[in-house]
Amino acid sequence: MVEFIAATGRAGLNRVAAFGRAAIFLMQSLVARPAPLHMLPLLLRQIYVVGVQSLIIIIVSGLFIGMVLGLQGYTILVAYGSEQAVGQMVALSLVRELAPVVTALLFAGRAGSALTAEIGLMKATEQLASLEMIGVDPLRRIVAPRFWAGFLCLPILSAVFALVGVYGGALVGVEWLGIYEGSFWANMQNSVDFFDDVLNGCIKAVVFGFVVTWIAVYQGYDSVPTSEGISQATTRTVVYASLAVLGLDFVLTALMFGDL
Amino acid sequence: MTQLDDIIIDIRGLTFYRGERAIFRDVDIQVPRGKITAIMGPSGTGKTTLLKLIGGQLKPDSGEILLDGQNVPNLGRRALFRIRERMGMLFQSGALFTDMSVYENVAFPLRVHTRLPEEMVRDLVLMKLQAVGLRGARDLMPSELSGGMARRVALARAIALDPDVLMYDEPFTGQDPIAMGVLVNLIKRLNEATGHTSIIVSHDIQETMGIADRIYILADGGVIAQGSPEQLMAENSPQVKQFIDGLPDGPVPFHFPADDYQSDLMLGLNNG
Repeated sequence: MVEFIAATGRAGLNRVAAFGRAAIFLMQSLVARPAPLHMLPLLLRQIYVVGVQSLIIIIVSGLFIGMVLGLQGYTILVAYGSEQAVGQMVALSLVRELAPVVTALLFAGRAGSALTAEIGLMKATEQLASLEMIGVDPLRRIVAPRFWAGFLCLPILSAVFALVGVYGGALVGVEWLGIYEGSFWANMQNSVDFFDDVLNGCIKAVVFGFVVTWIAVYQGYDSVPTSEGISQATTRTVVYASLAVLGLDFVLTALMFGDL
Repeated sequence: MTQLDDIIIDIRGLTFYRGERAIFRDVDIQVPRGKITAIMGPSGTGKTTLLKLIGGQLKPDSGEILLDGQNVPNLGRRALFRIRERMGMLFQSGALFTDMSVYENVAFPLRVHTRLPEEMVRDLVLMKLQAVGLRGARDLMPSELSGGMARRVALARAIALDPDVLMYDEPFTGQDPIAMGVLVNLIKRLNEATGHTSIIVSHDIQETMGIADRIYILADGGVIAQGSPEQLMAENSPQVKQFIDGLPDGPVPFHFPADDYQSDLMLGLNNG
């Protein structure tokens, strides 16, 4: 019994210590932002790797989710004769929820795991240690550009996801199922509010970008430098990031829309 | 013991534990300026750990590591990175940046720490690569190099900024006899030409003894012998003789500490 309590306490203390390490790591990465001239090429390269190379998966997923929303929305709403509201339904679900959440989940799987594995392997092959010995802070050189790239790219990817999703909804609703085009777009335009919906969706995407990228770079940097350690760190990135995104989504939704 | 007057690295009372295991217990080591100091000893005696402690990548449990009077373990993050600009380290694995070519790897320290024009960077990189015999491999990526070649590129990178202190972690491992001879000469010539201080961690007794000015032999968490190569050759201590002559039996155990072999085997039978 005593042993069980001691083990629980130890596990709890380890968690708190890990969280503390992650917070210190984040502070050092943010404070240690590289000088703009050095930073720009590194940042651009990471934006390409993390953002541009994630575009395909985001566009394809956005298109399919928009199409599914259009189809499901139509089959439900047509029973009440309100199929013109499909546009409104598709746009609101995408902008408020699905775009930031699904983009963040896909981003964690596509870019987050890659960031963790890359930094973990750099640690295992002593590249981080060798940077330190050359007198270059790896937090400045390796972690900061990757963190900022993820933080900047996720909201943009989320916007692309929403745009493509709306187009997918229109493709199914208007082109295939024959909803009157005018009412499809007009309903959408009337119901989607810039501040309440678009901006809140953006805030979610920014928060998710911060959290997912933080988890990914920290897990890589803190990984045990062995093949097993890196594989575990990569798994942890996807699991922790997904759970954090879903949990935070509820909290943010409650804060943004809870008083309706 | 010879009197050392100009010490660049002064290690006093160094104690370092990995978990429960003491790697160093109250160790004193003095590295003379401008000389080649070799750190030797059986595997697992903390030779690489010692280099990491000097470079500030690990912190000792107690003791001081003074580099020109500055205590490395007490330095803040910024000061530590500044002092590392004076050090070069050749890692055992080479630790080249895998996303950069050989040329870019060697140019990297020059680009981040100096504002030299590109033509000068090019000349310096080619000179360093020529010294390690790999000028022709400048466009290769690290994945296209053998282990020995990668370590030679890493050496070119380590000497790119002409640091005050160069630390070599097993520089001769995996080198063919020709490259080995060239490297031994190169380390010696570099030391004489630039006047920097070299610390070599190595198992290769012949090669290291041939160029070192001073040798420390580590075992059992401490220094078991120190002195010039001639002094160590003349040393009568059984531990030192065993190591230098490469004898399997002697006071330095070949086996990692374990229970009695026979009773360990019997334990399996009894449990079965």
